[in-house]
Amino acid sequence: MQEQTSKALSGFEGKPNEVIPMLQAVQDEVGYLPEEAIRDIAELIGLPESKVYGTATFYSQFYFSPRGERTIKVCLGTACHVRGGMQVMEALEREMGINAGETTADFKFSLERVNCVGSCALAPVVMVDDDVFGRLVPKQAKEVLEKSDPKV
Amino acid sequence: MIQKFDAIEKEALKAMEKEQNNDIPQIYVGCATCGNATGAQSVVQTIKTKLDKENLTAEIKEVGCIGMCFAEVLVDVIKPGRPRISYQDVTPEKVEEIIDSYLVNDDPRPDLALGFFGEGGPEDIERIDTGDVFKNQQRVILKNCGVIDPENINEYIARGGYKGLAEALEMKQEEIIGVLKDSGLRGRGGAGFPAGRKWESCLKPQADQKYVICNADEGDPGAFMDRSVLEGDPHSVIEGMIIAGYTIGSSKGYFYVRAEYPLAISRLRKAIAQAREKNLLGENILGTGFNFELEIFQGAGAFVCGESTALVMSIEGNRGWPKPLPRPRTTEEGLWGKPTLLNNVKTFSVVPQILSKGADWFRSIGTEGSPGTAVFALTGTINRSGLIEVPMGIELKKIIYEVGGGILNDRKFKAVQTGGPSGGCLPEDKLHLSVDFDTLVEAGSMMGSGGMVVIDETTCMVDVARYFLDFTFEESCGQCVPCRQGTQQMLEVLNDICEGRGREGDIEHLIEMGDSIIKGSICGLGQTAPNPVLSTIQYFQEEYEAHIKDHACPALVCKNLIVFHIDEEKCTACGRCRKACPVEAISGEKKVPHTIDQSKCTKCGICFQECPERFSAVERLTGKENLAAAARGRLTDV
Repeated sequence: MQEQTSKALSGFEGKPNEVIPMLQAVQDEVGYLPEEAIRDIAELIGLPESKVYGTATFYSQFYFSPRGERTIKVCLGTACHVRGGMQVMEALEREMGINAGETTADFKFSLERVNCVGSCALAPVVMVDDDVFGRLVPKQAKEVLEKSDPKV
Repeated sequence: MIQKFDAIEKEALKAMEKEQNNDIPQIYVGCATCGNATGAQSVVQTIKTKLDKENLTAEIKEVGCIGMCFAEVLVDVIKPGRPRISYQDVTPEKVEEIIDSYLVNDDPRPDLALGFFGEGGPEDIERIDTGDVFKNQQRVILKNCGVIDPENINEYIARGGYKGLAEALEMKQEEIIGVLKDSGLRGRGGAGFPAGRKWESCLKPQADQKYVICNADEGDPGAFMDRSVLEGDPHSVIEGMIIAGYTIGSSKGYFYVRAEYPLAISRLRKAIAQAREKNLLGENILGTGFNFELEIFQGAGAFVCGESTALVMSIEGNRGWPKPLPRPRTTEEGLWGKPTLLNNVKTFSVVPQILSKGADWFRSIGTEGSPGTAVFALTGTINRSGLIEVPMGIELKKIIYEVGGGILNDRKFKAVQTGGPSGGCLPEDKLHLSVDFDTLVEAGSMMGSGGMVVIDETTCMVDVARYFLDFTFEESCGQCVPCRQGTQQMLEVLNDICEGRGREGDIEHLIEMGDSIIKGSICGLGQTAPNPVLSTIQYFQEEYEAHIKDHACPALVCKNLIVFHIDEEKCTACGRCRKACPVEAISGEKKVPHTIDQSKCTKCGICFQECPERFSAVERLTGKENLAAAARGRLTDV
């Protein structure tokens, strides 16, 4: 992990305005932001760790714990909301036994709510990594999970 | 016109001529995010394989979004000398059929076609550009989207691109501002501030460095206009920014783009590199001595960064906290304390055309107070979801019923929401209103950046208000008390109302809190956060009252206020609902009408969807009496 972090940070000069691009680079490489990475970034820039952590937690893009192999994003943009996105979310939560924002114990899936993936014509929409499932009804939750299983 | 540009234009026209005159068919595939999400990339692959296999030559173009999202994947075929035919809902299998039938055998396949553009199409296929979808539209900002290959700068130049820049570079800075002022262009980000005045206030201050920022942090949940422009016509935005740089005396610009828009980012990168190669960007642009560089900054997901001071904080590497008043304007002290011009994607993208076609041309479109066009992401329960561009001043009902084709499944219209979390909901009797910056604000909504969500009778307006407030509460930066605490308090009251704990006086309480949040918040997010609640109270107060007084949700949405029940008379004991119920709350046997155990029911609604329409035995009931009966056990006595 240390190696991955160093690799991600290798191209940066350590200017204060590079905080967000650095955090993005580490997350791209590692998958989330480990504590050590926050420390490394703070050191590189010469800022208190709390400042870097404070910036990171402000933005919804960043994660602070390991993620599942695949991320299930349930769109709850306005169009999906009025076409039943929440019921699809509830069905997925029920099937997976976790709540939105959590990761399954076997680290296969993370479940997230997102605001508008821009496929409103297909509402309600669920994205599993880059695969799109559109015009869903709650009972299809199981099918989405089966089709997206990383082992299959 | 600058000589150097003439050469570039000639070169582009020549390159395009070569492409268009070589007598081979052209195939366009809509490959914006929406198209790709529906499978456009695999369609492209299939076309390539099929052409190879059949030994056919055709030019395949991956174009941006033409706006007809309802028909994705869209494939357009132009045979030499024939009009452009659009095929809808194309899959890899269908595209093979289309190639076999139309390219090989000259059968245009009316059964698969959506329509054709231009004149002289086959009789049994409809003409699209004069039909309902397009006849009310006027494509200015979107004129290239879905038409050109966004990754080929020559196509943009051949359609008049960068001419505005070439002309601007020969004008005085004040002249450009004069044209913008005469055009009446108002910022397309939502508030509609006059662009000419903004640019002017950024020209005045003396500074060793100034910045131009394009706000592409489209955070409105349910809107994708800016993304489509960046994906479909990136050069128009780049050109607008270079003109802005020249006008205010800046040599550096930033794109602030949501990291969730990877395709837009990659198209922008390519476009920036191409513009640089042609000396339209970089040092000594077109030999005029003017230098301008562009950089992309990826926003990390914070709605509040749409606010100019928060966006600036974010680029500087901080939390995206808006600066409290009193503070200098961003045009005076913005990024790194330097004068900064910040505009929306669509504002920059229309500037080149205003300069090349003139202020009068722009004024001839739209209304006196809001010239030009409006781009909307038209979504919700509507037949033709998509990206549309209409002249300002068009009536809302024309958009919904003609461009959008009316309400999905012939249900009843209830409201139209514009302006996203900062906007409001307008009811049916406001559909005669014209779409422009001022009229919508007067009616309690706003133009916003372009989200337009159509809502039908199956949506609860209290729940919609709660949805938006939940969003702004989550996205509040937490700095000022009215927004941080106020949105939380309002959200709690709305939760109470939706969950059957509403009290007399809640409505008045919401209005009072809303007013205070509007007056007391430091930035636009807080100052507009109560709008969805206030506008739904204004137009749909009876729904709030039903929730509070009768514990009834008229749209049958709010879970705590509805119960599911099986009508014994209608139930044929088919067993579908029983098998589908995830919590085994339904009991019954063959030939015995089924019943729902209310103590187990989680109200997921699956039985309701599962029950075949011809039976419609599962029903949703609401109101105090039904809820009380359900609480006593099985709902046999209703």
